[in-house]
Amino acid sequence: MEFIMPAFACIVVVFGIVKKVPVFDIFLKGVKEGVLILYNIAPTIMGLVFAVDLLQSSGAVDAICSLIEPVAQWLGFPKEIVPMALLRPVSGSGSTALLTSLYKECGPDSFAGRVASVLAGSSETTFYAIAMYYGSIKVNNTRHTLLAAIMADTTALIVSIITVRIFF
Amino acid sequence: MLNYLWSGLIIISIVCSIIFENTHDLSQALIESGASSIELILTMAGIMCLWSGIMKIATESGLTAIFAKIFAPLLRPLFPNLDKKSDAFQSITMNISANLLGLGNAATPFGLKAMKELHTLNDHSDTASNEMVIFVVMNTASLQLLPTTLATLRQAYGSAAPFEIIVPVWISSACALAVALIIACSFNIKKRRDATQNLSRKRDRF
Repeated sequence: MEFIMPAFACIVVVFGIVKKVPVFDIFLKGVKEGVLILYNIAPTIMGLVFAVDLLQSSGAVDAICSLIEPVAQWLGFPKEIVPMALLRPVSGSGSTALLTSLYKECGPDSFAGRVASVLAGSSETTFYAIAMYYGSIKVNNTRHTLLAAIMADTTALIVSIITVRIFF
Repeated sequence: MLNYLWSGLIIISIVCSIIFENTHDLSQALIESGASSIELILTMAGIMCLWSGIMKIATESGLTAIFAKIFAPLLRPLFPNLDKKSDAFQSITMNISANLLGLGNAATPFGLKAMKELHTLNDHSDTASNEMVIFVVMNTASLQLLPTTLATLRQAYGSAAPFEIIVPVWISSACALAVALIIACSFNIKKRRDATQNLSRKRDRF
């Protein structure tokens, strides 16, 4: 699957040449726009990384997990996935780190491993995306975006457990 | 909203670190998070700038217009008020197609461009428009058809069948996306109805 990215780029460039567009000049113009975009979203990223780092180092995540784990187990959730489910919406790298440690502990083909895989595949870093997209245009009132996104994440969590139960 | 969320996270962290006597780790994180965020920004910078450049070629050569035409029937019902030929709609279709192909990094510049265009259409208001809500919500759900990174990870940790989770992933993503869109659309309809009511009330007054 590694060829998708280069193939995509190649198609774009070849199409540009066929259409007689000055590809390199336009590429440079686009890169300049990219730098500007980056300039606009950098503060948002910084703020979010800061908050997530603080949360993880303070022990708050562990504390919330130890509160939720008994409830989760009672409901039939594998308790190993609780930390990942909590961190998934805010931090891509953080939840990937938790996913790999879960694979190491339980194995990718265990029940918890499969649920965690499905969850990772069917959810995104919600808060990060919201903060980045709205932050880039300085929109403060996001209305019902957060509600819809959180409900989607909850659905992904519930459905991933149900589907793994059914399929395996 | 984000103001409260962000300050909430910080306050919870500090209170928790005091309760659990973790203040040493916390101050360590305070110092290190600056460096780690700059690291993340720089990692993103290369990919972002490169794909912004390639995206620009795609836009200028008319390739995005073709993509927009292909995806229009699918996306049209979600953005009924957007012109099919508008820059906003084309950026949205490019973002969605890049997401489907699993090019998350390439999708981001398209998405940011789309937000910029939607912002202009919304008179630069600081309140999100209906289209923005739908678009961002779609981006918070995972649209990727082939979770290759995930499969690679599973294989690396000794899975017998790395891709066996793919059908559950599809089902789960589809359900999550459906829930997100249903909630977003129903709130949008409510807002539209309120807006038309206000309009007719104004008309009555005259």
